[in-house]
This record gives sequence, C-alpha cells and structure tokens, in this order.
Amino acid sequence: MSGVNPDNWTCPLPLRDYPNVVLGHGGGGKLSAELVEHLFLPAFRNDALAALGDAAIVPPVAGRLALTTDCYVVRPLFFPGGCIGDLAVNGTVNDLAVSGARPLYLTAGFILEEGLPLAALGDIVARMAAAARAAGVAIVTGDTKVVERGHGDGCFVTTAGVGAVPDGLTLGPERARPGDAVVVSGAIGNHGIAIMSVREGLEFETIIASDTAPLNGLVNEMLAACPNVRVMRDPTRGGVAATLNEIAGRSKVGIEIDEACLPIDPQVWAACELLGLDPLMVANEGKLVAVVPPSDADRLVAAMREHPFGARAAVIGTVSDQHAGMVVARTAVGGRRVVTLPVGEQLPRIC
Amino acid sequence: MKYLTEFRDGELARKLVAEIRSAVTRSWAIMEVCGGQTHSIIRNGIDQLLPPEVELVHGPGCPVCVTPVELIDKAHAIAAAPGVIFCSFGDMLRVPGTAGDLFQVKGRGGDVRVVYSPLDAVKLARENPTREVVFFGIGFETTAPANAMAVVQAQRLGLSNFSVLVSHVLVPPAIEAILGSPANRVQAFLAAGHVCCVMGYHQYPALAERFRVPIVVTGFEPLDLLDGIRRAVLQLEAGTATVENAYPRVVTFEGNRPAQAVLADVFEETDRAWRGIGVIPRSGWRLRAAYRAFDAEARFDVSGIRSVEPAACRSGEVLRGTLKPHQCAAFGKECTPRAPLGATMVSSEGACAAYYNYGRLVDLGTGRIGSAGAVACPA
Repeated sequence: MSGVNPDNWTCPLPLRDYPNVVLGHGGGGKLSAELVEHLFLPAFRNDALAALGDAAIVPPVAGRLALTTDCYVVRPLFFPGGCIGDLAVNGTVNDLAVSGARPLYLTAGFILEEGLPLAALGDIVARMAAAARAAGVAIVTGDTKVVERGHGDGCFVTTAGVGAVPDGLTLGPERARPGDAVVVSGAIGNHGIAIMSVREGLEFETIIASDTAPLNGLVNEMLAACPNVRVMRDPTRGGVAATLNEIAGRSKVGIEIDEACLPIDPQVWAACELLGLDPLMVANEGKLVAVVPPSDADRLVAAMREHPFGARAAVIGTVSDQHAGMVVARTAVGGRRVVTLPVGEQLPRIC
Repeated sequence: MKYLTEFRDGELARKLVAEIRSAVTRSWAIMEVCGGQTHSIIRNGIDQLLPPEVELVHGPGCPVCVTPVELIDKAHAIAAAPGVIFCSFGDMLRVPGTAGDLFQVKGRGGDVRVVYSPLDAVKLARENPTREVVFFGIGFETTAPANAMAVVQAQRLGLSNFSVLVSHVLVPPAIEAILGSPANRVQAFLAAGHVCCVMGYHQYPALAERFRVPIVVTGFEPLDLLDGIRRAVLQLEAGTATVENAYPRVVTFEGNRPAQAVLADVFEETDRAWRGIGVIPRSGWRLRAAYRAFDAEARFDVSGIRSVEPAACRSGEVLRGTLKPHQCAAFGKECTPRAPLGATMVSSEGACAAYYNYGRLVDLGTGRIGSAGAVACPA
C-alpha cells in the first residue's frame, strides 16, 4: 500500500494512539470528529464538504438531474490496478456517465470493521480523492459507521452520485433498433479476473490488472462525435453478456455478436479457459457497451479510439429483428450459440 | 493465442466438416463420453456444422452429474456439522440434493468453501487444527490423482483433522455398461482426452474389439472434436473398430505413470452408484485400508440419511445417451438452471445445461439451428 501514513497526519493525537479502527471512530464523538477532520476533509477538500452541514448545499445545475447509488464490497480491499476506493468513485461516475449525465457530486458512506488499519483507510480515501479529481467530481458529504470485528469485511463503501443530463439527450436500454451496431470500448473481463487472481491466490504468468477507470471523458467524446447514440451501459457484474441481454430484453430485439470481434487480452482469455469461465460474463469496471445507428458506427469507433479509455473500441455485433430478447454469438468455427446469463456467479469447473 | 486460436481455425474447421460430409453414406450415432466435450460441442455450435446423418449422443462423463444424490446429501450433512470446514470445487455448490444445495447449507451457517485444488484443503487443515476440514473428492480419473496426492500429503503431515468424501468414478466401466445395455444405440465413442492423459488408452483396445466399436481419443477444442468425429465416421464407414489417438499432443498409450502409481497406492476399485444410472460394478474408487483414516464417511455419522430423487427428472436417460435434453418434457419448463430438477441442468459440464445455456436456438423438431440469418463480423 502507498499513500497516507497516520504519522504524518496534522493532528498527532489521539489518532496516533489508535493505529486501527475502533468502535469509537463511528460513535459520533471526538474520535469520529477527528477522523473527519484529519482524514476525510484534507483528502476530499471542497467547500461543500468543508461546511460540514447535515446536507451538502450545492449550486443549481442546468439540465435534468441524474441520481445513482451503489454499494461496494470487494475482497481483498486492494487489488492489482485499484482498490475499493477508486472502484467506488469510478463505478458511480460511470453509472452517471453512461446515463448521459455529466457527473458532478458524490457522497461517500463507509462501514468500517473494527480493527481495520487506519493506514489502509487512509490509502483508500486518498485513492478515492485521486479518482474523484481525475473524473472531475467532488465528494461533498458522507458518513462513517464502525461495526464490531467479525461483522464486516474490513471496509464497505457506498457512493451516491448526482449529475446533470443535457436537454435533448436520452439514452436507454430500450432504444436499440434492428440494424444498429453494438460497440464495446475495449478489452473485456480484466477486472473480474484480476479480483479472482488475488482472492483465490491464483498465479498467472503476468499480473492481470483491473480496468477500473472513469468513463465520463470518453462518453463526452462519444456524444460529441455521435449525438445519436441510442444506448450506453457499463458492463460491470454479469459482464457484457448481462448488459447485452438487458438491452435485448428491454428493446425487444435480438443481438448478434461475433466472438472473433471481441477484444480480450490474451492473459484474460487464458485465465478464463483455465477456469472454465466465459469472458463475456466476467465483470468490468472501466468499459462501456454502446448501441448506435449503423451509419454512425465507424465515426463513433474512430472517436472512441482517440481516447485512452477507448483505444481498443470495436464493433462486436449488430441488433437483429430475429430471436427477440436473445443474444446470439457466432463462434470461431462458424457455429452459433446463445449467450445467456449464469444463475449466480460463474463457478470454476472441476476439470 | 497459441494453443487456442490454432485449434479454433474456421478454415480448417470447414475442411474437416467437408471431409465428414463427403464420407457419410448413412446415419451414425457417436457418443462423446465427457461433459466437457459436450459443452465445447454445443458452445461452439459444432453439432450445427455436421451433416444430419451424424448424431452426437451425450455421455455420462460429467462427474457432478453422476454423483449420487445420497452422497450429495451426506456432503450437506457434513458441511452443516459444527466445526467443519467443507471444501469443494465450485461446480458442486449448486447441485441439488434432497433438500437444496451447498449454497443453501452455506446460507444457513455452514462453512462451505470453494477450492481450486485439494491441496488447498490440506493447507486449510494445517491452518485450522481445531476444525475438521473435509474435501469433497469427486471426479473421474482426471481429478483423482490430485485428490490422492492430497491424502498422501495429509498423511505425511500427520493431519488428524483432514478427510475426503470420496466419490470417484471410472470411464471404461461406464463405456462397457452403455455398450452392454439392450437399449444402446451408440456406434462409436470419442474418449475423453484428459482422462486418457492420466490413464493412457491401453484399456480401450479390448473394449473396441469386444464390442466392435471404434474409439477415438479426442481433445476439447473445436478442431480436436471435429477431427475425432471425422475419424470415427471414417472408421464406421469402413467397418473398422480400432482405437485411434487424435489427441497425441497430450495423450500417450501408457498415460501418466507417476499419477497412476499414486492412484494405485491410495485407491482401490469398488462398485459405485451413478446418479440416474444405478450401480456399475467396479466403476469407482475408494480409499485403501491404509488411508481409511481419511475417509469422511467413516469419520462422520451420515449413514441414516433418506434421499429422494425428483420423479420428473430424466437425467439418467440423458446420461445413458437414450434421451436428448430437449426431448425431456421438463426441459426449460419445470427444469431450468434456476430451478433444476437434476444435476445435468446445473453442472458446468451437464448436457442439459449446455442445451439450455447455449443451444436454445436449436429447432426442437429438426435438431437444426432455428433462427435464420447469418451473424456478420463487422470490419
């Protein structure tokens, strides 16, 4: 871990007396106040937060408001490519961005387990702050609770987000039409395999890093180049398969993809083969799926490839008037298969 | 990607399919023994590429599917016992026993953990000396060596808190049982490449000769499977019945001798019940007397469990190759991966799960792909 060292915090007492989270840090007393004053405020630094009101007061915004909230539980808290903190910021930023909203403000709720090293919390918060800066959003209010040892997983984070949707822009999974192109912004499956590799102690020849990233900048470029984008979704849990099935179901269309067109990193592909997982169903945290009229597809992909988070954007298939509600893939050898969803999590195979 | 893309080459696949088409003069039923092969066939749409005369029949080679419900119920009872850490491969967690699956046992407070290797369970036993660590040792000859090695390792370490719930099954007796059945209609076999990787294929020539049936050792990639089918068809058309090795990059005649040695040291043959099929003589392994201390069935009192199979489930017929999954009245209706009647709908190698997950475009009348229109690969 890197980042915050409690020894360097501005107020030496009593935080130095508690290298780990204790129940008092969530009790609303002095320990709680010091956590806010010396950990959260310096990291997230902004006027709305500094007022420390019961609610953050922010200026009015132009356009329709978009609201979202998401809870983050990930084990381990730190993994190749990120941690629960940047994940919590990027995830909520992305939920706003793919809804067409410009992300503006986030809230952050922490449920901490007694015993969590304060240095780890400091690192999580520092990375949240960095992620918020990178995405151009402000974390304006929050809350902290502490649960007894054994009643949490170190740290749970809940972030809510507020954004503004420009007038005239409407995106939604119900808007796909037969003939549309289906686009993915880059290589899929990295986050899920990265988490699995550290959680289960699996060792691969190369380290597979999470793709966690804020996508609002990419979305801006996409909408500037192609205002007619019909659908945008970030394929997190359930992967691209879940997102495409949702679009097919909500739009009452079929979706046909070509497996040969899917961008998949070789090491992710190899890990999936080894474990018997389908990369289409593995989670992503820095990718989006878009549906666009066919005449706009090339322009959209070209614009996406100009952005670092869309450098490997590709058309992976088309929307069809066949098999409504179903996603079908053409396989490498020319067969076809249904792309469905696992009932729960994908489970590694026996042999 | 080397070793993957080269066995999924579309051009080579078309050539193999063309060769199969030109060789076929009449109908043939070929069984792929292994559930992993079934999934690869359905997932890659290989069955759709074959001429209608070539019917692929799905075999009993899914270790999860053939584990008898009695043993699953025993696993659930052990996993629910206080102080137990119950370790299993992921596939087994959703397989229904009489009263639910291992996820439900876990939800009720059982300490059920997914492991990727039986040696991880041994490690857990070392790290938790006050807990009983039980490993669910299921599988064919493929997983058995690692499970045997875990027992050997536990003995070397002197672990008294480690045991294995053994349910190993063997392929050759299953093939023999299928061929010996009056209802059999299988005319050739694709033998499971990974089983042969461990055991070799020296057990098969006698079977091929006795039952006059071609057996082709086959891998799991699309080209492996198409080549296996091609060789089986060529033999059937020529009237020959020999054993061919179409997986020489992995399989030798002798197999893996060190693995066979540890298997022989730890296990001995026993009659074994197969879910949906019944008892097949000498078709399983149990721990030898020298390792009986590691037998979870002996360590935990799980003898009085009453098990019940759902009456509507016809997975036994699917496993014997006499019924296709979609020919079952419950398929996709009362029986889905969300509410499975049997293990074949749950396991990642189960034939019913393969049909449900990948093959729902197949026309139930013709067995061919039902939806018109090709999927174009955009530039």
